[in-house]
Amino acid sequence: MASISSFAMPSEAPTYSFAAAQSASGQPRQHGFYPYTDNGGSTLGISGDSFTILAGDTRSTSGYNINTRYAPKLFKLGGSGPNHEGSKIVLSVVGFAADGNALQERLDTIVKMYKYQHGKDISVHACAQRLSHILYNKRFFPYYVHAILGGIDEEGKGALYSYDPVGSYEREQCRAAGAAASLIMPFLDNQVNLKNQYDPNSGPGLEKVQRVPKPLDRTTVEEIVRDAFTSAVERHIEVGDGLQMMIITKDGIEEVYTPLKQD
Amino acid sequence: MNHFPEAWGRPRDDIYGSYNPQFLPNSHAQQSGHPTTHTQSPIVTGTSVIAVKYKDGVVIAADNLASYGSLARFTDVHRLKPFNKKAVVGFGGDVSDMQYLDRLLNSLDVKENYSHGHDDAESDKALMSAKNLHTYLSKVMYKRRSDFNPLWNALLVCGLSEDGTPFLASVDLLGTTFSAPTLATGFGAHLAQPILRRVVPDEAASKALDKEAAVAAVKECMKVLFYRDARSMNEYSIAVVDKSGVDLKQKEKLEGQSWAFAEQIKGYGTQTV
Repeated sequence: MASISSFAMPSEAPTYSFAAAQSASGQPRQHGFYPYTDNGGSTLGISGDSFTILAGDTRSTSGYNINTRYAPKLFKLGGSGPNHEGSKIVLSVVGFAADGNALQERLDTIVKMYKYQHGKDISVHACAQRLSHILYNKRFFPYYVHAILGGIDEEGKGALYSYDPVGSYEREQCRAAGAAASLIMPFLDNQVNLKNQYDPNSGPGLEKVQRVPKPLDRTTVEEIVRDAFTSAVERHIEVGDGLQMMIITKDGIEEVYTPLKQD
Repeated sequence: MNHFPEAWGRPRDDIYGSYNPQFLPNSHAQQSGHPTTHTQSPIVTGTSVIAVKYKDGVVIAADNLASYGSLARFTDVHRLKPFNKKAVVGFGGDVSDMQYLDRLLNSLDVKENYSHGHDDAESDKALMSAKNLHTYLSKVMYKRRSDFNPLWNALLVCGLSEDGTPFLASVDLLGTTFSAPTLATGFGAHLAQPILRRVVPDEAASKALDKEAAVAAVKECMKVLFYRDARSMNEYSIAVVDKSGVDLKQKEKLEGQSWAFAEQIKGYGTQTV
């Protein structure tokens, strides 16, 4: 792994018992094996009053190449059988796909083990915290992914948690992640949290009144998700091919796939 | 105290002596005292592997060349390895790592045959499918990259999944996996994949494709690769995997080459235009 320092100690100073400080500087370090890559793509989650929607495009890239047009980034957690029947929690991962799959597999077994050991389904709250711990545990060799976890909380409200690669997490109304996050997130700020939107009947200048965001209904959210992705496809080359959406309600998970542009 | 914060709190050599690496676990230093070394770059390499799914199986091909840098070193290296009558793995990248994986797969096959000892159709069902094999290989590759000791290969795994549908997927040295109706590794990802995608744009097209068309498309791609990939050769292996098993040919020669275009190319080498 990369050394913490590449400079030499002053010659009169004592040497220390770790290789990094001892090694002579001057020669460039040979570039060896780099264990990460970026597989592109984007994900997005929005929570409503009684549902959570997670979405992701299905393109997988390496550089300018398209690996495949169908590589899902959304995973159901727990449930029974290979199709995760009865599952109520969805994980989306974007970034380095191999780490994403490893992470999804670990969390899935944990959710299943929880059911076997406690005889009840894990709550999203607990699952969210466990995911944070998994990521944080590997902080010195992180899972290079931006994870978003969605489900229904104990009060029946939509729950959405977003993570950084080393496990910092937060419950939010909406979050975009991945290659086109910088394109989608400002759109979501405006359309979901009504940022920069003012009541047209309020006065000018300082008297302007900010519109207050309230939970959106399901059809509106689905429209927003679709618009976000069709726009991201136009402006980002790593996003496209297909849109996979999972809508989590108290009755379970509904999965919708719609094609996106393949160019 | 000095100005190197990363040295603060570390035992000083002038007081405690230098660190004795003998006590390091084997993963950090072998008994020789030298640190463990890992592959930092491939040495003897194979170039592209290409494959297409058709309606009742998969066609896969790779040439028989192993290069040592730009030297065409070995011309009879078979990079398609059949596994238990049901699957074929195509290897691109480092040849010694391919040979390691081949030994690994052979020992896995022997173990499998011990546990379901009969050589009949009924017990064949219990053997690992191409899909199982792909999962296994992806775990091996991901483990090795996580240990910073990668197997420097890009693999295509093809065959049938348990339900009899054609299966084709890829794994690389980072443990990245994906599946598509057409796949190509290395240079083939740039040169062959666009041609194959024109023939098979999606899953539906692959379900309509027959064996002859699939083989023709793959052969055409091998020809284009030989024209343009400087690390390729005109002798190659091609395998068709379907429910009747693996049909592997290891001494195919490219047919119908046309180098007429080469006369048109000017401006390279010693010629003065």
